[in-house]
Amino acid sequence: MELFGIIVTGIGVVFLFIGSLGILRMPDVYNRVQAGTKCTTLGNFLTIIGVGIMQPEWFWKTVIIAVFVLISNPVSSHALGRAARKKGISLSDKSVVDKTKEFKGYK
Amino acid sequence: MIYLIFIAVISIGIVLCIIRMIKGPTAADRAIAMDTATTVSVALLVLLGFVFDRYIYIDVALVYSIISFVGLIAIARYLEKGI
Repeated sequence: MELFGIIVTGIGVVFLFIGSLGILRMPDVYNRVQAGTKCTTLGNFLTIIGVGIMQPEWFWKTVIIAVFVLISNPVSSHALGRAARKKGISLSDKSVVDKTKEFKGYK
Repeated sequence: MIYLIFIAVISIGIVLCIIRMIKGPTAADRAIAMDTATTVSVALLVLLGFVFDRYIYIDVALVYSIISFVGLIAIARYLEKGI
């Protein structure tokens, strides 16, 4: 059982590291939102659940933390990306289409 | 031994987020880097609690994630239309 927990935690740690690397290397605010949210949410879930598998007395509390992060992290990242777009921060030079210019309230 | 490698890799990830937080051209970049750094450090707290065998770190991680969520919603609202 401990080996299974170590494997799950290791996969989660790799995802967390890839998310942080995407934060550093992506060219644009919106690409950074995407990299930093998807990878980090999955990596956090797997890491915390892996610790709960390795230590079965802590399992339900780790499930509570993991589910809370799974709900709250996309919500906060969506709010940040929407605020950045409404403020008028431009996209990177390589992006090809921007449909939000047709909407009301966006610059 | 394997847990030390896990903790080192997560810490390197937090350092990368802090580099983006220093370099970032706009305020939104810095806010997003801080969001990622807090989410990564919640996982780091749970892992440290397992390695040191302290149950109290789990509670610290839960409270930390709740406070970072509320703070980021406040920062997003400030960026969008001001206080």
